[in-house]
Amino acid sequence: MNKHLGKQTIRFDNPPVILASSSIVGPREGEGPLATYFDTIIEDELYGESTWEKAESKLIEKALEKVIEKANKTIDDVKYIISGDLLNQLTASTFGIRNFKVPFIGVYGACSTMAESLSVAAIIVEGGFADYVIASTSSHFCCAEKQFRSPLELGGQRPLTSTWTVTGSGAIFLAESGEGPKITYITTGKIVDFNIKDAMNMGAVMAPAAADTIINHFIDTERDENYYDLIVTGDLGKVGKELLLDILKQYNYDITSKYMDCGIEIFEADKQDTHSGGSGCGCGAVTLAGYILSEMGKGKWKKVLFVATGAMLSQVSLQQGESIPGIAHAVAIEN
Amino acid sequence: MDKAKQIKQNYKEMVEKASPSSNMGVNCAWAFFVGGTICVIGQIITEVLKTYGYAKDDAAMMTTVILIFIGALLTGLNIYDNIGKYAGAGSIVPITGFSNSVVAPAMEYKKEGYILGMGARMFTVAGPVIVYGVISSVVVGIIYYFFK
Repeated sequence: MNKHLGKQTIRFDNPPVILASSSIVGPREGEGPLATYFDTIIEDELYGESTWEKAESKLIEKALEKVIEKANKTIDDVKYIISGDLLNQLTASTFGIRNFKVPFIGVYGACSTMAESLSVAAIIVEGGFADYVIASTSSHFCCAEKQFRSPLELGGQRPLTSTWTVTGSGAIFLAESGEGPKITYITTGKIVDFNIKDAMNMGAVMAPAAADTIINHFIDTERDENYYDLIVTGDLGKVGKELLLDILKQYNYDITSKYMDCGIEIFEADKQDTHSGGSGCGCGAVTLAGYILSEMGKGKWKKVLFVATGAMLSQVSLQQGESIPGIAHAVAIEN
Repeated sequence: MDKAKQIKQNYKEMVEKASPSSNMGVNCAWAFFVGGTICVIGQIITEVLKTYGYAKDDAAMMTTVILIFIGALLTGLNIYDNIGKYAGAGSIVPITGFSNSVVAPAMEYKKEGYILGMGARMFTVAGPVIVYGVISSVVVGIIYYFFK
C-alpha cells in the first residue's frame, strides 16, 4: 500500500522501462525545428486516405508498428495497448489498432492523454499484470478543427492566444525490464477549473492544472525543481507558459531555468504562423517520443518530469455556458 | 487553501496580462483594403453588365450571383480561407464571405454523405444568419407597413 504517496502520486519500486518510442508527424511539424527527431514525416495531411479521420487512424497504426519494430518485438508480445485521442468515441485509436487484435484500454484526457496512457501502462507493468505494454496517442489538425472549431476552408482569423493542433502520433513501448529510461513516479492530475470560457485560449485553461499537478508532485515526492534536469509541459504554449511560471512563483517554486513546453518547441511560431504554439495529444506525444527520449538517450537530460496538459473542451458544455476544465498528469522519467 | 483561492480570483487579470492582443490597426487596414477590393470588383461587374444592356436591377442581381460563384470557387480552390486569415471581417461581411460559409462546411461534411452530411450540415455556419436575417426583415417589414 505504501506505493501511494501523499494525495496523488504513485512510486514504482520496480520502475517500468521504456524499451522504445516512435513518432510520426504531419508536413507542418516536419518543417519545424524538431523535424530530425521524428521517425516518419508524412507528405500530406490526408496520408493517402479519403478522410481526415482515416488519416489519423493510420498515424496511430504506423506509430505502433514502428515502436514494436524498434523494440525488437512482435505484435504477439504486446499484452495491452493503452491509447486515446481527441475524436469522439476515440475513433482514431479504435480504428487504428483494429487489426492488431490486442487487448485495448481506451483513455481520454484531451491533450494530456500521452501522460495518462503512459501512467496506466506503467501501473499495469509494475503491478506485474503484463510484461509488455504500449502507450500511445494521436491528434490531427484537420480532425480537431472539424470537431472542435469550424470547417477547414472557412475564412477567418485565429486570435494570437490560439494554438495549432499537431498532426502526429507517438507511441511508447514499456517493459518490465531491459535497457532504457525508467518511469519512477506518476502524479495523476485532478480536474482544475479556473472558470475560463475562451476556447481560443487553451493555455490559460490548462496552466492552473499544470501548476496544481507539479506542486502536488513536489509535495508528495518531497522533491523540488532542483531535482529535475527538465520539467516539460505538453502544450501550454506561450500564454500558458507565462501563467504557469507565474502561478508556481506564487508558491515559491521557480522552475524557469528547467522549464520547456512541447508546444513551443515543436513549431517556429513566427515563421509557421502557429501563434501561441502547438497543441493536441500528438504535441506532447511526438515531442516526448521523438525529441526528449532521444536526447535522454544521448545524456542531455537524466531526470525529466513530463507533464502533459489537457483542456477538457466540449462543444456542448461550452455552448451551454460552462467553463472549460483543465487537467494535467505528470510522469517522472529517469535514466 | 487561501493562496489557491486568491490566484483563482485574480486569474482573469493574469490571463489578460499574459494574452497578446491582435494588432487592431493592421487588421482594420487589411479588412478595409480587402473588403473594399471585393466591392470594387462587384461594381466593375455591374458596370460591365450595364454596358451590355442589362437594366440596373438585373445587373445588380447578376453581380450578386457572380460574386457568390467567385466566393464558392475560391473556397473550393483552398484560397478563400487564406484571404480570410488576413482580411478578417473584410472577407466575411461581403456576400463572398456568405458563400464561403456555406461551401466550407459543404466540403467538410461531404464525406459523411450527400444527405445527412453535406445536405444537413451545409448551413451550420450560415444557418443562424439566414434565420435571424429573415426574422429581422419581417420585423422591419411590419414597422414599415405601419409607419410608412
